[in-house]
Amino acid sequence: MTRFRADTAAALAGGLASWAALAAVLALSFGSAGMALLHGWGALEGGAPAWRASDTRALEFTLRQAALSALISTAAAVPLARALARRRFWGRDAAIALLGAPFLLPTIVAILGVVAVWGRSGLVADAAAALGLPRPDIYGLPGVLLAHVFFNLPLATRIFLQGYAAIPAERWRLAEQLGLEGRALFARMDWPMLRESAPGAFALIFLVCVTSFAVALALGGGPRATTLELAIYQALRFDFDLARAALLALAQLGLCMALAALTLALSRARPPEPGLRARIVRRDGRGRAARATDAAALIAAGLFLGLPLGAALARGAAGLAALPAQAWPAAGRSLMVALGSATLCMALALGLATLALRLERRPWAARAVEAAGLSALAAPPFVMGMGLFLALRPLTDPFALALPITAAINAAMALPFALGLILPALRRARAEYGPLADQLGLRGLARLRAATWPALRRPLGLAAGLAAALAAGDLGVIALFAPADGPTLPLLVQRLMAGYRWDAAAGASLLLLALSFGLFLAFDLAARSLSPRAARRRGRGRGLGWRPGWRLGRGRRP
Amino acid sequence: MASWAGATAMIALEDIRLRQGDFRLEGALHVPAGALCALIGPSGGGKSTILNVIAGFAPAEGRVRVAGRDVSRLPPAERPVSMLFQEHNLFPELTARANVALGASLALRPPPEALARADAALAAVGLEGLGERLPAELSGGQRQRVALARALLRDRPALLLDEPFAALGPGMRREMLGLVDELRRRRGLTVILVTHDPEEARRADLAAVAAEGRFGPAMPAEALFRAPPPALRAWLGED
Repeated sequence: MTRFRADTAAALAGGLASWAALAAVLALSFGSAGMALLHGWGALEGGAPAWRASDTRALEFTLRQAALSALISTAAAVPLARALARRRFWGRDAAIALLGAPFLLPTIVAILGVVAVWGRSGLVADAAAALGLPRPDIYGLPGVLLAHVFFNLPLATRIFLQGYAAIPAERWRLAEQLGLEGRALFARMDWPMLRESAPGAFALIFLVCVTSFAVALALGGGPRATTLELAIYQALRFDFDLARAALLALAQLGLCMALAALTLALSRARPPEPGLRARIVRRDGRGRAARATDAAALIAAGLFLGLPLGAALARGAAGLAALPAQAWPAAGRSLMVALGSATLCMALALGLATLALRLERRPWAARAVEAAGLSALAAPPFVMGMGLFLALRPLTDPFALALPITAAINAAMALPFALGLILPALRRARAEYGPLADQLGLRGLARLRAATWPALRRPLGLAAGLAAALAAGDLGVIALFAPADGPTLPLLVQRLMAGYRWDAAAGASLLLLALSFGLFLAFDLAARSLSPRAARRRGRGRGLGWRPGWRLGRGRRP
Repeated sequence: MASWAGATAMIALEDIRLRQGDFRLEGALHVPAGALCALIGPSGGGKSTILNVIAGFAPAEGRVRVAGRDVSRLPPAERPVSMLFQEHNLFPELTARANVALGASLALRPPPEALARADAALAAVGLEGLGERLPAELSGGQRQRVALARALLRDRPALLLDEPFAALGPGMRREMLGLVDELRRRRGLTVILVTHDPEEARRADLAAVAAEGRFGPAMPAEALFRAPPPALRAWLGED
């Protein structure tokens, strides 16, 4: 009876927490965006801030740079993905793993690397000067495109690689048995995959580039290279024109919602077809021309992606001596933002995932909960920030809440990724071990330990690491709110760059890089070390209660 | 029951040795022209690998002969065999007709002659009028018939079946095996069939066991099942 009561209370508390998570997510994304929308609409009705010609230019530039960035990234990814798919070479796995690095790389660090290679004093400019050519100026559209392609070429390549991996080996063998080569092979194998994956990749990159504030802040600006988000920032921080900022936020929100809907419609994730996952053998990869094409694609991509990273690391190491005193307190603030964001993101993701599972008997309700978790994709962080600013302003000084607001909005931004990792893990745990746990009467902590945690710990660690790393590197919302004397580390790097203190900026950026990757690895390793196998290896299995007996279905867990 | 003793081998695997990580396989196999040979044994015993060696997908030491010709060094497309996999025998973007026509022409737009031959091959496997359907619009059995039609159009003397009917229901499987047998007799094909079903293996002319890293030789199926070797006995659960 007592146990029944405890279970009922726990279930009730869990249910309440799940609904609270849903309410928090909706308030964060739609509530804050709605606030911005209301103000923007009010501004429109009041006729106070007329839409200016400069705003139209900002909208045009936003769309142009995003379209060009998406086009170049997607097109360049085709030969790179094909080369990686059909070649086996030393370091290939590491190269593919490194394609995920830009996702974690703080934007400002990458920008510093891009400037170190392509800027007026960079490697390319030095080479041009040595050849008697003028030094290129990357500020404006060229710089924005270079930085966006640097970030998104790996993303498009990974999408295409997933597409290649989803093709069953039997089909490659069939193509080989039939003797398909050249155009025939491309038409039957590559093109169907590209036709399916490329529109989604293009739309996703387009959306990412529309909301890429940090790149526009560092490399754009001026009347000819201002994006909508940069215009919002200028209206809020420099002109303190709240009505105009809200109007611009309204435009940005409308644009992002339309793009998010388009991305979802076009992104047909290609699930791996069941079949053999044997090594791909492609007849078209054997010729000299194919080898040369692949080598050129791999070397060009290696240089394009590797040089800025290397330059950022090298300059950072050299700049550590010039690290300013503010760097450490700034790192502390970034750490607080990262940990707060990761904690909040995990709480929201677990709450939503649990709620979605509870509601699975009503599929529309479960889907609605999942959609709520993805809402941050449609509500851009800048608009959320703007909405929170407007909502908090009558109550308190929003600038004093810069760090909690940054953590909260970053948690909402990381939520789609976290939910994407955690919900399938929970579903798998329930499908694989749920009936057995039900039969054995496992509930509460015992059920969590035996049936859920083994499937959950790795995705949870990965999601927390991602959320922490993304928040540590944030240079979006913090720029809206941060007071002059309390920057986070990315904001400090940006301010040092803007002040042409390159050595100090490079040193601080290395510290930021270490912080982001360190947080990611720490969470991931912590999740791994909580595994029963790791605990037994350390000889502490008994103390923690990790015993082989409860390891159901060993070897099948991720 | 035909006697296969002393018949000329259509497919001959001589002193085959293969190693893939921890997996090892060795043996020899001779399958006479026009015979249906079943390959049986436990999962992971190497049955599919043997077909992959013959088709050229798995490199191995030793010699592979088809119709007396050493094909060990030939790429898969040049080997005189057609192989049907358990799944994914068709390109999902192409109609059934275009999939079959690949057996006659690799051109992006197959010539009318290839399409006419594809139609005839589809008719031979009982799929008249379904040529314009995409693979997703066909049943599992119909998809495998399309693949079989393409194999017929390729006109190779040997057909390798890597459990292509395993996912079908018992009735459909019997029907498909009947169709294969009929085509084999009519066209004089040599067929090697990987199967998990002892009854299917019993109905074949010859059978060979692949287990515990060894395979072959091919023996009359009746004789093999009358006095099964230890590996087969273990697999049949007769130990």
